[in-house]
Amino acid sequence: MSAPTRSDPSATKRGPGRILVLVYGVFALAATARAGVQIATQFSDAPIAYLLSAVAAVIYCAATFALAKATTLSRRVATIAIAIELIGVLGIGAFSYAVPEDFPDATVWSHFGQGYGFVPLVLPILGLLWLRRTR
Amino acid sequence: MFAPLTWALVGLSLAAMVYAIVLAARNKQINWSILGVLGVVEVGLLAQLVIGIVQLAGTDRDVSGPFFAGYLIGSLLVLPLGALWALAERSRWGAGALAFACLVIPVVEQRLHVIWVA
Repeated sequence: MSAPTRSDPSATKRGPGRILVLVYGVFALAATARAGVQIATQFSDAPIAYLLSAVAAVIYCAATFALAKATTLSRRVATIAIAIELIGVLGIGAFSYAVPEDFPDATVWSHFGQGYGFVPLVLPILGLLWLRRTR
Repeated sequence: MFAPLTWALVGLSLAAMVYAIVLAARNKQINWSILGVLGVVEVGLLAQLVIGIVQLAGTDRDVSGPFFAGYLIGSLLVLPLGALWALAERSRWGAGALAFACLVIPVVEQRLHVIWVA
């Protein structure tokens, strides 16, 4: 129950990080299952969107395990994964408004994560802030 | 879908979520009462899986089977994994994490309903 100390790499999974890792874990599970079903059953409908779904799933899994492992190395992995996640949600979000015909079926990141209550947009920002806070 | 079971799952999960938030707010750890309630929810989710698969097999409507089954199966993982993860944190944040796991169940049930009636 000690407060996270600044030099302790395990801090990312403690305290509020406990909730953050679980949120990431649920998104990892959901994104992986969703991408798996999309690619297995209807890949030809929207290959770009479904490949992006798969990329998002990999990023969420990497971020979840890296935050949960909470070592010095995994902190770096988490930072990179979450940075890519933020770029992804902003990029895909903007792109899905600009060229909607390429996104007939939503990915997690389409329309800035609107289909998931915009949590995909808020999550990487919280993740990066948390990594900064526990540095 | 069997509406009474769905509503019971949503109601119990939300009640457990509120309780978990109260525990977190009072700086308390997770206790056996909330784990017991979530155990009941888990049994209900298992029943929902069986009912859902049977209804899916019997329906003539165009329900997206893989997504429907995916949500049914995925819903079983959330509470056990969430509880294990939350129990390892002996502080209010463990209860907070469990509150989030509870919130996932109503969201999943809503998604199942949308897929079913679509």
